[in-house]
Amino acid sequence: MPLLWLFVIVLALGALGFVLGRQRAIASAGGDARQLHSLPNYYGSNVAILTVVPALMVLAVWLILQPMVIQARVTSLIPEAAIEQIGSRSLVMSDVRRVAEGLDTAVAAGALSEAETRGLSTDETDVRARLGEVGVALGGAVTPEVLAAALRYRALDHTADTLRSGLVIVLAALGLAYGYLRTRQEFRARNSVERAILALLMLASTLAILTTVGIVFSMLFETFNFFELYPWREFFFGLEWRPSFEGGSDLGLIPLLWGTLYISIIALLVSVPIGLFAAIYMAEYAGKRFRAVAKPLIEVLAGIPTIVYGLFALITVGPLLRDYFAQPLGLGTSSSSVMTAGVVMGIMLIPFVSSLSDDIINAVPQSLRDGSYGLGATQSETVRQVILPAALPGIVGAILLAASRAIGETMIVVLGAGAAAALSLNPFEAMTTVTVKIVGQLTGDTNFESPEALVAFALGLTLFVITLGLNVLALYIVRKYREQYE
Amino acid sequence: MNDMRMTERGVDSKNIKMKARKVQVFYGTNHAIKDVDVDIEDKTVTAFIGPSGCGKSTFLRCLNRMNDTIDICRVEGEITLDGEDIYDRKVDPVQLRAKVGMVFQKPNPFPKSIYDNVAYGPRIHGLARGKAELDEIVEKSLRRAAIWNEVKDRLDAPGTGLSGGQQQRLCIARAIATGPEVLLMDEPCSALDPIATAQVEELIDELRERFSVVIVTHSMQQAARVSQKTAFFHLGNLVEYGETSKIFTNPDDPRTESYITGRIG
Repeated sequence: MPLLWLFVIVLALGALGFVLGRQRAIASAGGDARQLHSLPNYYGSNVAILTVVPALMVLAVWLILQPMVIQARVTSLIPEAAIEQIGSRSLVMSDVRRVAEGLDTAVAAGALSEAETRGLSTDETDVRARLGEVGVALGGAVTPEVLAAALRYRALDHTADTLRSGLVIVLAALGLAYGYLRTRQEFRARNSVERAILALLMLASTLAILTTVGIVFSMLFETFNFFELYPWREFFFGLEWRPSFEGGSDLGLIPLLWGTLYISIIALLVSVPIGLFAAIYMAEYAGKRFRAVAKPLIEVLAGIPTIVYGLFALITVGPLLRDYFAQPLGLGTSSSSVMTAGVVMGIMLIPFVSSLSDDIINAVPQSLRDGSYGLGATQSETVRQVILPAALPGIVGAILLAASRAIGETMIVVLGAGAAAALSLNPFEAMTTVTVKIVGQLTGDTNFESPEALVAFALGLTLFVITLGLNVLALYIVRKYREQYE
Repeated sequence: MNDMRMTERGVDSKNIKMKARKVQVFYGTNHAIKDVDVDIEDKTVTAFIGPSGCGKSTFLRCLNRMNDTIDICRVEGEITLDGEDIYDRKVDPVQLRAKVGMVFQKPNPFPKSIYDNVAYGPRIHGLARGKAELDEIVEKSLRRAAIWNEVKDRLDAPGTGLSGGQQQRLCIARAIATGPEVLLMDEPCSALDPIATAQVEELIDELRERFSVVIVTHSMQQAARVSQKTAFFHLGNLVEYGETSKIFTNPDDPRTESYITGRIG
């Protein structure tokens, strides 16, 4: 039975459970809903939850385990010799899966009957050609071992599918029956629905945390592989970035890190004053009508894809800076420069800083403003001495968030600052960042066993640690000032 | 007993500090204050009483032009401080507010240290020539606000860490540090417990020696305890204004009597 149908059946049972549970609850109270412990819908929801949730949970686990189990049982059918011939076990197994799926397609298309499929043998039929007729392309001729394994795979898969459908539907029905029988006038359906909601919320947060952990681990393993091939000292302290895929490359982190920090600092120098002042104007000075127009306009900036900013850097800001600053000052002739990327990235970050700061400044209680005005302070004195100190933790948070964005930005750097790693103080020189090099090392034909490709993971992990450090710092600052002010 | 205390405290000075004539306040189209005439005497505590929404706080905020910060608010009529119209174009509202200080309903210490809270006004108005002089102003203000002994050992602690009553006295210290001539208090005790209220009331009585104090209050007992003059507001009108003892014992207007005896409001 296809998965979608199974899913629909479970949901339909859930809906049925809802209706039945609700009816039974009302009937148990003699038709008067006021006699019930909970509202009738809670009884219905309770039965629906008991029907759907365990069934779907089992389905999810089954879907994860089924391929693993079948694969383990089929692998043993393939002799070692066949594996050596093709290269690796996973390649053979993917062949097996393709043949098995191909046979399914052929049966579905009517090119083969179910009985014919079972009796297939490589001696009588050219399986590859037969499958090719229904649009399943195979890489090479199908060997008897692979065909046998594929047939076995199919058989196991079909049995497992049937078992799965049966089990899930039975579970749903059992859940429905259990929930239905528990529904009585005094049953606390409201409390059990509450617990189900709590479980749902906990599941969501657990998933979010587990994903983060998963990302870190995947990076960690590859980074570990990298450091087995390349000395960590030379990575962390190397001053040269010269990858060459023939081997013998220099993969020093310092030039990339320097580029990242240099560009980020310029971006923050542009975005923080402008963003913060804009936020102060919006929150403290601007009239209602002006704010209603200007705030969304600034926020539009946040919605522009970074590649568009990159184009802006490439065709407008870069040549402008080169013609009016770099060349007259004798600092360079390149339109790709740290300055270009930094300025454009700064523009991109303005809405982050201004919009967050604006909200934070608005959250400063009016009583503090009144207190300051009541003592004869002017507006800017009030802003500087009362509002900004009160809003500081939030503003620092906003700035560090912007810094994290700047460090992780890629497109603007590629188009604005170029892709050449350099270690220089000249802001009009082309430089590049960690993120650009991660992209660079992983695009194209890469061999995942060479340090030149694996270095991307080490770079990624370094970046992750840096942004994590920034976030921890932000949390620390926010907490420190909170203690002082509240 | 309260009435006894009230009559003992004579009014020492009859100088008119602030004078309001035909004051009208509009919030948008809402006519919030109608034709109010009040004379605020120097070195006197004047209480504004009346039911909620009667305009007493609005009128109080006219006296130091705090209503300027509200866009839709419009004030007409004449209010003078020492004979000078405070709504005149020449008058800088910022300077005016240094002379007419204000204490708010809810204690609102700044998120700064106790010292910086009190030093805030003197610093922005340049009242102290040096650190020593500023220290002196801060200490004097805190002493006058009757909170010095409680905070002298922790002037660097945040003002927001004090208790509600202490915070309100800190705000009073902050207001008197700029050396105002008139101190406006908008229900200064409504967020305080009875003990803190008693302390603040005692303080108001002491402050009368130096400033003229205008207090808005919902508590008629409080008005009777602390003030020499009382103004009764009702629906944006000033119904009656006079000696506190007279307002509370023998009011002219039947509406005043109804309010004081608890029949309206």
